[in-house]
Amino acid sequence: MTVHVDIVSAEREIFSGLVEMMFAPAVMGEVGIAPGHTPLMTPLGPGEVRLQLSDGNEEAYYIDGGILEVQPNVVTVLSDTALRAADLDEEAALKAKQAAEEALTDRSAELDLAKAQAALAEAVAQLQVISRLRRRSGRG
Amino acid sequence: MAAAKEIRTKISSVKNTQKITKAMEMVAASKMRKAQERMRAARPYADKMRNVVAHLANANAEYHHPYLMPRDVKRIGVIVVSTDRGLCGGLNSNMFRMLLQRIKEWRSQNIELDFCVIGNKGIGFFNRIGGNILAQVSHLGDTPHVADLIGTVKVMLDAYEQGKVDRVYLVYSDFVNSMTQSARLEQLLPLVPQDSKEMQHHWDYIYEPEAKPVVDQLMTRYIESLVYQGVVENIACEQAARMVAMKAASDNAGKLISELQLIYNKARQAAITQELSEIVSGAAAV
Repeated sequence: MTVHVDIVSAEREIFSGLVEMMFAPAVMGEVGIAPGHTPLMTPLGPGEVRLQLSDGNEEAYYIDGGILEVQPNVVTVLSDTALRAADLDEEAALKAKQAAEEALTDRSAELDLAKAQAALAEAVAQLQVISRLRRRSGRG
Repeated sequence: MAAAKEIRTKISSVKNTQKITKAMEMVAASKMRKAQERMRAARPYADKMRNVVAHLANANAEYHHPYLMPRDVKRIGVIVVSTDRGLCGGLNSNMFRMLLQRIKEWRSQNIELDFCVIGNKGIGFFNRIGGNILAQVSHLGDTPHVADLIGTVKVMLDAYEQGKVDRVYLVYSDFVNSMTQSARLEQLLPLVPQDSKEMQHHWDYIYEPEAKPVVDQLMTRYIESLVYQGVVENIACEQAARMVAMKAASDNAGKLISELQLIYNKARQAAITQELSEIVSGAAAV
């Protein structure tokens, strides 16, 4: 008896194949899933997912956390790509907000830059005119 | 021969530009291939997620998630995915044109808007047209990570959960193939139920420890994966558009060079003819 197991993360596919038995680090403690398990959904903590393959070998993958979804003949591990925690997420959200606020206050700085660029272009044009006049008077 | 010299410097400067655009074209081509691979790599997760969420929507869940329940629309949140750099043809401007049209429609219906912006070009766009930006992130590079997007997505999800926005859209460029990219607007929240008749069933999962936190986590990951998919797709589009734009630029430079070469030859011949006639007339005078 085997069950199909997929381990995927948002950035790549990690494992896909048939296994006899798998163990996953659920938040309530490690769970073992055999073929024909009742539908189950549980978050996973960081840890090792161990797979017993039908040829007797064992494979293990480290995951940073995620979600385990079990159906009688398909098991899916939706792995996170980074360690996640509520306060870490909060921090990231704050950072993104701050970036937006800074951009708002920075808008004046950007305007200054545009003004400076316009002034520079004007100065360059004036210099060109002067050098042209000089050349002409030098020739004449 | 003053004119001839000017033309010669012009030719060499155009040649230099052509070298740059050719190099950029080749770089974009190789980056596009990698971006396409990344797009493919992200697909299994999104597919699996979609399946699980569809199961969840159809299961007799003991807990109904707010993401699944539509509300009256008074305020809309939009996540805009743009590129960080320019020189990629009309990719961004096409997307912004589409977005502007939608913004006008929404404003005429008295719907207010909030934005979360990913990418430098989008930030510049909103600086020009104005708009309430809740959060932004830029400089993701060629290999974006989900971790870089968590903050921006969370700001939008929080706004939805607190009832500040009643609907969330994602705007990005969809990679059709290397010649075609199309701007897309996709509804993220509330989740659009997929009509899957074969999925009608009356069992539910056992949730451990409880339904709410598991479903919450799952929904957050799902939205994040959709946004990530949009970002990766956008990068593939950027490289493809840049490749095409740079190819056109190199071709134009080639045309310009051959035209200039012709003018240069004519100027050179005219100068020689003039010199000859001067010598001949000078000899005749003696």
